Amino acid sequence: MKGMTLIVKEITRLMVPSIILLGVYVVLHGHLTPGGGFAGGVLIAGSFALMVLAYGSEETKREIKMWHATFGESMGIFLFWFLALMGVIQGTHFFTNILAKGRTGDLFSAGIIPLCNIAIGIEVAAALFAIFFTMAVMRLGEKL
Amino acid sequence: MMTTLILLTVLMILGAIVALESRDLLSGIISLGIIGFALTIIFLVLQAPDLAIVQIIIETLTLVILIAAVLKTTRKEVNDPVNKRKVLLWSAGLIGVAVFLLAAWRALHHMPEFGHLTLRMAQAYVDQGANLTGAGNLVAAVILDFRGYDTLGEATVLFTSVAGVVSVLRKVGRKHA
Repeated sequence: MKGMTLIVKEITRLMVPSIILLGVYVVLHGHLTPGGGFAGGVLIAGSFALMVLAYGSEETKREIKMWHATFGESMGIFLFWFLALMGVIQGTHFFTNILAKGRTGDLFSAGIIPLCNIAIGIEVAAALFAIFFTMAVMRLGEKL
Repeated sequence: MMTTLILLTVLMILGAIVALESRDLLSGIISLGIIGFALTIIFLVLQAPDLAIVQIIIETLTLVILIAAVLKTTRKEVNDPVNKRKVLLWSAGLIGVAVFLLAAWRALHHMPEFGHLTLRMAQAYVDQGANLTGAGNLVAAVILDFRGYDTLGEATVLFTSVAGVVSVLRKVGRKHA
């Protein structure tokens, strides 16, 4: 996929950090406001897709490698399963909320729910970006 | 609210018909977008901002991918003349729609009134969600605490599907066919 004109590239350069920031905000505040791991992860993946569209797959591949996406995806799902297994490790049931609940409405509250949101956010962002990247750079005889 | 919903649903149906019937694939995809964005507004009207956020981003991303696919391949739909097979397909479709309308007309009388909860369990979630989990957002409380297994399975399905896509489309380590 080829890149676009200078105007699109400059606007993308300005927009991508703020989109990623919004995605991180949506993930971190998933247990308080609308959103959560899925919505925030898709936002972050969308900013990466914007980068691929504006700069082209060649230039993006220099900065972001395929293993970043697959590594992030594996880490996200591993973290989620680990959080679920924490209950078993502690001696209670699978998927028990083992951390303190805190005061409803605080950023650090609701036990493992925000941590699960972060894990899902990493997983969804990396997974959607991996699919988009695979389809964007896929050409005969090209290495990922 | 009902008027808004009915208008938006009619708009979605029109968009779907245009998307199916248009000869230009690009305008077909753009009218496909009408469905997704109207669905976003429906979610907002029904006070489900969580779903609306996910829907609007997914819809945009899907449209971008589809438009990229069309620009890379062909823009004109392949012509297929009217023949016996098409008549058969149309009549089968019409019979299906008739059966669906009949069944829906019979079944919808037994549905609970619009906007009322169908399950007694749901009321317990709404009343006790914030106290039991400590999460202010009820949706997060349900998908990550009460129904946590569901979300765990969902994330695993996503992981498996990406593993499938990457291993089908990969070039490294593949024998030349």
